[in-house]
Amino acid sequence: MSFLELDGVSVAFGGHTVVAGLSFSLEAGRIGCLLGPSGCGKTTALRAIAGFERLAAGEVRLGGDRLGGPGVHLPPEQRRIGMVFQEHALFPHLTVAENVAFGLRGQEPPRRARRVSELLATIGLERQGGRYPHELSGGQQQRVALARALAPGPRLVLLDEPFASLDADLRERLSLEVRELLAAAGATAVLVTHDQHEAFAMADQVGVMREGRLVQWGRPYDLYHRPGSPFVADFVGQGVFVPGRVVGDGQVEIELGRLRAQAPAPCPRSGCEGGCRVSVLLRPDDVVHDEGAPLRARVVAKAFRGAEFLYTLETAGGSRLLSLVPSHHDHAVGESIGIRLDVDHVVAFHQPPGETAAGPDSRP
Amino acid sequence: MTPSFTIQRIETGADRGELRLGGSLTLAEAGPLWEELRRLESSAARGQSLDFELSAVERIDGGAMALLACLRAELQRRGVRSEFVAAGERVQRVVHLYGGDARVARLRSRRPLGTFDQLGRATLAVLREVQLALAFLGQMTASGVALLRSPRSANWRELPATMERSGADAVPIVVLINFLVGLAMAFQASAQFRRYGANIYVADLIGISVSRELGPLMTAIVLCGRSGAAFTAELGFMRVNEEIDALRTMGLGPMRYLVLPRTLALVLVLPLLVLLADVAGVLGGLVVGVWNLDLTPRGYLNETIRAVSVWDVASGLVKSVVFALAIALIGCQQGLATTGGAEGVGRRTTAAVVTTLFTLILADAALTALFRLGGM
Repeated sequence: MSFLELDGVSVAFGGHTVVAGLSFSLEAGRIGCLLGPSGCGKTTALRAIAGFERLAAGEVRLGGDRLGGPGVHLPPEQRRIGMVFQEHALFPHLTVAENVAFGLRGQEPPRRARRVSELLATIGLERQGGRYPHELSGGQQQRVALARALAPGPRLVLLDEPFASLDADLRERLSLEVRELLAAAGATAVLVTHDQHEAFAMADQVGVMREGRLVQWGRPYDLYHRPGSPFVADFVGQGVFVPGRVVGDGQVEIELGRLRAQAPAPCPRSGCEGGCRVSVLLRPDDVVHDEGAPLRARVVAKAFRGAEFLYTLETAGGSRLLSLVPSHHDHAVGESIGIRLDVDHVVAFHQPPGETAAGPDSRP
Repeated sequence: MTPSFTIQRIETGADRGELRLGGSLTLAEAGPLWEELRRLESSAARGQSLDFELSAVERIDGGAMALLACLRAELQRRGVRSEFVAAGERVQRVVHLYGGDARVARLRSRRPLGTFDQLGRATLAVLREVQLALAFLGQMTASGVALLRSPRSANWRELPATMERSGADAVPIVVLINFLVGLAMAFQASAQFRRYGANIYVADLIGISVSRELGPLMTAIVLCGRSGAAFTAELGFMRVNEEIDALRTMGLGPMRYLVLPRTLALVLVLPLLVLLADVAGVLGGLVVGVWNLDLTPRGYLNETIRAVSVWDVASGLVKSVVFALAIALIGCQQGLATTGGAEGVGRRTTAAVVTTLFTLILADAALTALFRLGGM
């Protein structure tokens, strides 16, 4: 049995359902993430796990205890769940050490002091214990908030867009740091974010949410390479859809050639064997720059990414593609360059993108 | 350059007119077309009719049609009847495409809500607030009882600081205000009392009204403005900043940790302030008595002591405890109910002060009536 289990959780505000039928489970010591555009209900889902929102339906279980469900609602005070808030919510009138010690009330002073200095050392702020939160940088405040949440040894740690208020550079570095801190504490955690890089950097399991529903729950690798719907394909990672046609078992034909799936998954639709129209996902890393290739495409736009360029290309047939090219291949806009397809995972959906309820037609 | 369209205004009868359009109406000449239309239609008034006659139109494009349809809608909103008439089949299709034959919805002026409607809504809003306040009182009582069972779980550390801020720091203003109230009352009364030679009874009036009524009420009003509003702002900010949620995840309920210490502080401090207020009020009266009514200080004080019973003072203190509860509970409840950022904090603070003042006056009237009916 999993450590954290959500079973058909729904939350409604005044008759308006914000989270609908959310189910997932997480093993102890793992980090889960709810990823979705703003307003998709992910923060509400997190607050429901913490106990701030009552469930309209469904059940939340932690380590086998029912925290919320029909006839049960344990208040947040009694759930032993730590939470890191978006704006950190540190107590401004308390020093860093006092903030961290806050959740340790009722413990004997020597033990408290030991635990606080231990945590401050872990987050690398042992010398800043006497400072006040406003004297720290955003990243430091973030780490203090995490230490404060970890101090009482919670059974679960929740992080609500923990890096949203930090700049991009810091975000990347801190998400790895926080992951290490959580792993060191052996904590089980659930994170909420709209930033897929953050989700991929931190989480073992990621769930993509849309309009209150969980669209797909899985490993980051699977979300990227085996998206279950056009929405997930579009939201997670970059890419374009090009029209294609099923030409045989595990094969689709697109303008640029024929793609063959190594190990096709069964198509959920029947009667799709031949000639069926699909849209095929091409990731920027599926389109490789190759000077000697017979296929040519014109550069429409380019964005410098440091180590590589992200080129927007237009084929002779008018399809637009994205391609990641090492940055020493510096081509001008309007130039025609040779490309080759290098598709490991063929992802095709029966309907054109933008419509719902599609399943992968073939995948590795 | 002459435009390729023609417009004429023709009066077809009393209050009836036509704009006769012809030629080619296109977006390229929309500017002059619009000016011309404006000039010709401007005299049409409510109750009249002004149609667009299109029989001579050879060509009309979407841009020009949109202009005409817009003008017709505007005329109709002004109360001028207006239609497109006599259009050829091709032109009529364009008319239809741009809704030129559609009914124009009357521009609804926002009707103010009726008196009963407003009254009903306001009553419901008040009842909802009362319901929330009662629910809060219930929670408060429950955690108060829980606190009696395990007194160590409360946040006693904040109590002395809150008492100092709400009590000691309020002494100057409380003393000054009550002194001035005593003074003003005595002035008002002295003019009347002197006429009957009842100068000395000013001491009775001031002593009793200050101890039973004015002392507790004025002090409570000062505390509502100083401490009640501060509680709302503090807790409101903590709420908006998610600090309250952070407290809860660390196992500390806001009731025990924030509300109870504040309430207790006010309940302990307000009666003490009221005692000071009583003394200040009597001193205010004394000044007027000596200066304006030829009384000796000793005579004034003796009369005060004779007139004011222990119960007079005690009933004021009982009131002050009720007032303290009202100030703290409403202040904290409004603070915890805050939503919507800094603006929300401001709104809730205003609401807290207004609600508290109203509650104070109501509670004062009720308690006074209760004490009088009980013969006390």
